[in-house]
Amino acid sequence: MASLDRVKVLVLGDSGVGKSSLVHLLCQNQVLGNPSWTVGCSVDVRVHDYKEGTPEEKTYYIELWDVGGSVGSASSVKSTRAVFYNSVNGIILVHDLTNKKSSQNLYRWSLEALNRDLVPTGVLVTNGDYDREQFADNQIPLLVIGTKLDQIHETKRHEVLTRTAFLAEDFNAEEINLVIEKRYFLREGNQIPGFPDRKRFGGGTLKSLHYD
Amino acid sequence: MSFLIDSSIMITSQVRQYVVQVIFSVTFGFSCTMFELIIFEILGVLNSSSRYFHWKMNLCVILLILVFMVPFYIGYFVVSNIQLLHKQRLVFSCLLWLTFMYFFWKLGDPFPILSPKHMAMARRTMFQKGEVHNKPSGFWGMIKSVTTSAPGSENLTLIQQEVDALEELSRQLFLETADLYATKERIEYSKTFKGKYFNFLGYFFSIYCVWKIFMATINIVFDRVGKTDPVTRGIEITVNYLGIQFDVKFWSQHISFILVGIIIVTSIRGLLITLTKFFYAISSSKSSNVIVLLLAQIMGMYFVSSVLLIRMSMPLEYRTIITEVLGELQFNFYHRWFDVIFLVSALSSILFLYLAHKQAPEKHMAP
Repeated sequence: MASLDRVKVLVLGDSGVGKSSLVHLLCQNQVLGNPSWTVGCSVDVRVHDYKEGTPEEKTYYIELWDVGGSVGSASSVKSTRAVFYNSVNGIILVHDLTNKKSSQNLYRWSLEALNRDLVPTGVLVTNGDYDREQFADNQIPLLVIGTKLDQIHETKRHEVLTRTAFLAEDFNAEEINLVIEKRYFLREGNQIPGFPDRKRFGGGTLKSLHYD
Repeated sequence: MSFLIDSSIMITSQVRQYVVQVIFSVTFGFSCTMFELIIFEILGVLNSSSRYFHWKMNLCVILLILVFMVPFYIGYFVVSNIQLLHKQRLVFSCLLWLTFMYFFWKLGDPFPILSPKHMAMARRTMFQKGEVHNKPSGFWGMIKSVTTSAPGSENLTLIQQEVDALEELSRQLFLETADLYATKERIEYSKTFKGKYFNFLGYFFSIYCVWKIFMATINIVFDRVGKTDPVTRGIEITVNYLGIQFDVKFWSQHISFILVGIIIVTSIRGLLITLTKFFYAISSSKSSNVIVLLLAQIMGMYFVSSVLLIRMSMPLEYRTIITEVLGELQFNFYHRWFDVIFLVSALSSILFLYLAHKQAPEKHMAP
């Protein structure tokens, strides 16, 4: 089989939000049984048919580069991580819906990946002001994914989802909120009942990740 | 002092439960108040009887928190994490707390807290009753590391194995590159003025550490406890040997203030930095409550014991209040005990660092 074209997509986010689980789910169609801390970068591949069903159908490898670490690391770690950010075709920003700080850090993650300089403030807690101008000339498509929706109590869900909708707008990105929960899978074998929600966006979003 | 604000915000913002944040902040607040009282003692601020009252009150509250509240909440949150016992949380956490109190009590058995005359009386009654003196129960934790090997099915192809090996290699390379970047930064930093200053401080403090270890060894071997504190001794030396005359009372107050201040600030700073690093390394969303409470417990105990030990660094006139507040403790015993623990932990740190440094260069040597 002739070698397929490759699309490189970064998966960024704070430690413990579920990036490795997400990547494993996308590529292996299975839940990750023993998530462990990602050192460096772990790559996984998914084969995708672009414009399926049309005459221009083309098969691509989508490489999901799952980069581990925290946004407040020492600059030595950041310089080492910068190696992974070259020639990126798309960025997936993952945050934890139960942890507000992880969504605030997404701003700094995206700046780090897009190689913009952030003014050093010296204070670790940001006030959540996003500067839209930073992203104005950004050609790389962004996707924001929120995980652990099931761990939020029913009554608080609406408030959390509105907040994340604003967040996605600030980035000018598409948004998905996910449930990646082990309980469902153990009961029904390898079926994925939480997925129907995702399939609505699934095909569309992945296609929008690469423009030609 | 931004590190103080940053680290406390870091630690408390990661925890969702309000009560845990409150407990941590309260423990920290009261510990700092104790140090403030020492400073007041030296500077002579406030009335001495009111200082005494505040000491007593502060000590009572801190002990209440450290012995009753924090262990109980630790037990409560540990039990909450376990699904099976969820229903009878309170009962099990009370049980855990009682176990903790029992072991805490047992741990204190060999430590003499009575003054010599009380001890003589107790010994006499013990001989009369023919009791046997209990040994403290020491418990070792066996840490078993269970390594889960990848499920090796029979059809594991050569390519999959090769990919796994290469992925492992990429992880190692990543870590080494990060190390190299850090070393390069350190070299650049050392060329600046700030770097040189910290370098000099580093040498100074390493000499101080070596001296302290040496003194601790001598104290233990020759079985003596230092009688005078460094301030009075320093003044004695300058007056007697160097012949410089100055107002002893005035200078001793100021110098001891500066010295005690430096000790307090550096120990608080060091403790908080270590706690923050530790917290980041092992925290997860489930156990963050327990970890914060454990850290609060460690911090409270550390502060209380440093108040006890800081007594030795102060001239006689400022020691009286600590002696009064803590009652008739056998301070010499505790200083001996501190020397032993200090020596043991210093030697084990040296060994540990030596082994850790030995491992790193070996990676570069391998072909």
